[in-house]
Amino acid sequence: MSQDGVNKSRRTLLVGATAAVGAVGAGFVAVPFVKSWNPSEKAKAAGAPAKVDVSKIEPGAMITAEWRGKPVYIARRTEETLAILPSLNSRLKDPENGNKAQQPAYADNVNRSRKADLIVVEGVCTHLGCAPKYFAEVKPEPFDAEWKGGFYCPCHGSRFDLSGRVFNGSPAADNLVVPPYSFDGDTLIIGVDEENA
Amino acid sequence: MSKQQNTLMGWIDDRLPVTQTYEKHMSKYYAPKNFNFWYFFGVISMLMLVNQILTGIWLTMNFTPSAEAAFASVEYIMRDVEWGWLIRYMHSTGATFFFIAVYLHMMRALLYGSYQKPRELIWIFGMLIYLLLMAEAFMGYVLPWGQMSYWGAQVIISLFGAIPVIGEDLTTWIRGDFLISGATLNRFFALHVIALPLVIVALVVLHLLALHEVGSNNPDGVDIKKHKDENGKPLDGIPFHPYYTVHDMVGIVVFLMVFCTVMFFFPEGNGFMLEYPNFEPANGLKTPEHIAPVWYFGAFYTILRAVPDKLLGVIAMGAAIAILFVLPWLDKSPVRSWRYKGMFSKILLPVFGIVFLILTWLGTQPASGMFLGLFSNGTVAVVSTIFYFVFFLTMPIWTRMEKTKPVPERVTGGH
Amino acid sequence: MKIGMTKLFGLLAACVPALAAAAGGSNIHLDEHKTDLHDKASLQRGAQTYMNYCMGCHSLEHSRYNRVAKDLDIPEKLMLENLVFSDQKIGELMTNAMRPEDGKTWFGATPPDLTLVARVRRPDWLYTYLRSFYEDPSRPWGVNNVVFKDVGMPHVLADLQGRQVKGTAQVAVAYDTLTGQEITEEKDGVLYIAEEGTLSAAEYDRLVFDLVNFLTYVAEPIAVERERLGWWVLLFLAIFFVPVYMLNKEFWRDVK
Repeated sequence: MSQDGVNKSRRTLLVGATAAVGAVGAGFVAVPFVKSWNPSEKAKAAGAPAKVDVSKIEPGAMITAEWRGKPVYIARRTEETLAILPSLNSRLKDPENGNKAQQPAYADNVNRSRKADLIVVEGVCTHLGCAPKYFAEVKPEPFDAEWKGGFYCPCHGSRFDLSGRVFNGSPAADNLVVPPYSFDGDTLIIGVDEENA
Repeated sequence: MSKQQNTLMGWIDDRLPVTQTYEKHMSKYYAPKNFNFWYFFGVISMLMLVNQILTGIWLTMNFTPSAEAAFASVEYIMRDVEWGWLIRYMHSTGATFFFIAVYLHMMRALLYGSYQKPRELIWIFGMLIYLLLMAEAFMGYVLPWGQMSYWGAQVIISLFGAIPVIGEDLTTWIRGDFLISGATLNRFFALHVIALPLVIVALVVLHLLALHEVGSNNPDGVDIKKHKDENGKPLDGIPFHPYYTVHDMVGIVVFLMVFCTVMFFFPEGNGFMLEYPNFEPANGLKTPEHIAPVWYFGAFYTILRAVPDKLLGVIAMGAAIAILFVLPWLDKSPVRSWRYKGMFSKILLPVFGIVFLILTWLGTQPASGMFLGLFSNGTVAVVSTIFYFVFFLTMPIWTRMEKTKPVPERVTGGH
Repeated sequence: MKIGMTKLFGLLAACVPALAAAAGGSNIHLDEHKTDLHDKASLQRGAQTYMNYCMGCHSLEHSRYNRVAKDLDIPEKLMLENLVFSDQKIGELMTNAMRPEDGKTWFGATPPDLTLVARVRRPDWLYTYLRSFYEDPSRPWGVNNVVFKDVGMPHVLADLQGRQVKGTAQVAVAYDTLTGQEITEEKDGVLYIAEEGTLSAAEYDRLVFDLVNFLTYVAEPIAVERERLGWWVLLFLAIFFVPVYMLNKEFWRDVK
C-alpha cells in the first residue's frame, strides 16, 4: 500500500467534510429523541385553562376548582374581613408581597386579587405542599386566639390570612401562590392572564 | 503498550487496555481486501441492532404494557408525543430491515463457506442470534395488542400444545393465563425490552470475538494468513480501520436511503410490515379472516402449515431451523467459496435462495390461494418444503461428489 | 324489479361497479378512492359530515379536536362552535356519549371507534361500503350492504343518497362507437336508486369521497408531514453520499 504526502491534505479535507456533514446528520437524528421528552398533547390538554362559574359563591363561602392537577381555592370575602386585612400586616412575614414570584402583577396588592371580594389562590401550602383548610369566621381558634379568618394548614401548623399571606411563626416561608387568571363576565378562567380585567 | 505514557490515554491504558483493544479489533485487525457487496450486511445488522435498542428504549418511555391501555398508548405515541410517530416507524421499519440484513448476511455465509472450519463457532453464535431475534420480534409484535398481535400469539403459543403429555400445561405456563391476556403481554414486554436484548448483545460480542480470533473469510474462500509479509501482516489483508470503516460508511449511506424511502413513504410496507388488522384492538371473540405472521417468519410458517399433522408440523418447523445449526458439518466440500465449487452447488445454492423466498412469500398468503395463478399455494408449499430439507440432508453427498475448481493462492478482485 | 332504460342510465354510472359485488364474499370489486390529503376543503367537508352523521355512534377516541382543527386549517373557535357538539374542550379526545352496552343492545354490536378504520379496511373499501347499502326488509334496520353482508349499521346517509335497491335492471356493458349508443344488458343483483334523496348521485359520491378522505386523514394525521420530511431526508443522504464516497475512493487508492 502506498501513502504519499500529497494525499494527506486531501484526506484530511475529506475526513473533515464527512465528519462535518455526518455531525449535522447526527444532530438531525437527535432532534426527535430529545423533543419527544417535551410535554405531550395529553399533558398540554390537562394543563389547559379551567373555567369556573363564580356567580353563586356567597360571601364567606369558598369553592375549590382544579387546575394543572392542583386545588385552587376561590373564596368570596365579606366587607368586614376585607377591612381587617391591612391591620394584620405586623403579624405577617411578607405583608407587602415582597416575593414577586407568588402572584401576578394584578394581585400585587393587599387583597392579592383582581376583584377585591374574590380571592383566588392555589390550595398548596408553601411549606411542604399540604392542602390548607379554610377557616372563614372571625373568632378565636385553637391555633390562633386572634384569628381573623383565613387558611390553616393541619400538617405543620402554617397559617395564612384571607389574602393567602403567611403569618409569622408559620413553618411556611411564603404567601400562597396566586395563579394567573382572568374573568369573562361571571366566569373565572384560571390559567389565562389576558389584561381585560 | 501505548507510546503516550504521560498523557490521559496513557493513564487509562495503564489501567484498562483501551488502545490495545482498539488496535486488535480495528486499526490492526487485518481483513481481506476483496470484500464485496455481500460483506456490508454484518455491520448493517449491527446498525439495526443499535436502532432497535435506541428507538425501543424511547418507546418504552410512553408505552403502557397492559391489555387495557397498550393499544391506546401506541396511538398516543403516534399522535400526542412529539416525534413519537417517527420513533415508532423507525422501530417497526427497523425490524423488517434488521431481518433483511440478517438474511443477506446469512446468504453471504452460504455463498462463501464462512461457516466452514475454523469458523463453525461463529456460525453457531450467529444461529443463536437469529433464533433469539425471531423470538424477540415475535414478542415485540404482540405488544401493540392489535388483532394480529393477539391472534398471532394465540396461534404460535398454541403450537406448544402439540407436545405430548406436557403440551397443555406448558401452554398455560407460557401464557400465564388460560387464554392470551394481559399476563402474557406483560411478561412479553419484560422479555422483549430487557431479557432478550441483553442476551442478544452478549451473543453479538461473542460472535465478533470468535470472528476476530480466526480472521474474516472472503469471497474467494482463500486463507489470507497463509501469505504474510516480513512484518507478519497478511499480503492480502488491510487494516479494518480506516479501510473498511470508510468503505462500510458508503454501504450504510446507501442502505439508509433505501430504509428512509420505505419508512417515510411506505411505513406499513403494503401490509407486510404493519399488518392492517393490527390497527384494530385485540378482540378474543373475533378471529381475523386471515392470520399471517410478519413476512420474516414466512418460510417457517409455510413449513409448519405444509405438514397436515399439528405435532409433525411443529417438529418440521423446528427441524428446519435446527438443521441450519449443523450446516458446517453438512458441507463436505474441500472448497469454501461458491466461486470454486462444482455444478451441484452452482445450481442448488441459488435455487435454495429462490426457494427460501418462495417459502417466505407463501407464509404471508392464505393457504388456499394460487401461486402465480398456476399452482395452488398448498402444492408449492409442499414442494418447496421438500426441496428445503432435501437440499440440506443430501448436501454431504453432492458437496463431496462434485468436481471443484482449483482455488487460487491469493485473492482475486478487491479494488 | 324492472325499470325503464332512460331513467336508469344517469344513475347507473355510479352503480355499475357494484355489479360484481352481487356474489358477496371477499372478492368484491371495490371502487377506487383517489385519496387526496392535501385537499383541505375536502377534509373539512368530510369532518363536518362525520360530526353530523357519524359521531353520535362512532367515537374517534384517539384523535383530539385541536389537532384536527390545526391540520384542517379550522380556527379553534369555529371548530368549537360548529363541530364540537358537547361540553368538551378543544384539547380533548374526540369521544362520544354512547355507552358500549347500549350500542350493543341497539345495533347487535357496539359501533366501533373509527379513528383507525381507514388503516384496517382501507379507503377503497370504505368508499364502496358507504355507497353500497340497499333495501332489505329482512334486516333489523331495513338495509343490507353488498360489501359487508348483514351489517348491523343502519344506512345513516339514506336521506341524502335516496332509497337504493338491489334488483334486475339494464346495465351498460359496452359502447357502440358507430351509433354513440350505450349497449345494455339485463343483469341481476344490480344496485340502483329507486327513490332519489336530497343529493344527486354525483353529489352523494362527492360527500362520501370527502368523508372517506377525512377518515383517511384521521387514521394517520402525520401522513402528509411524514412524506414532506422524507424528501428532505433523502436529499440530505444524497448530499452526504458525496463526501462519504469520495473519502472511500481516496483511502482505497492505497490498496493494490
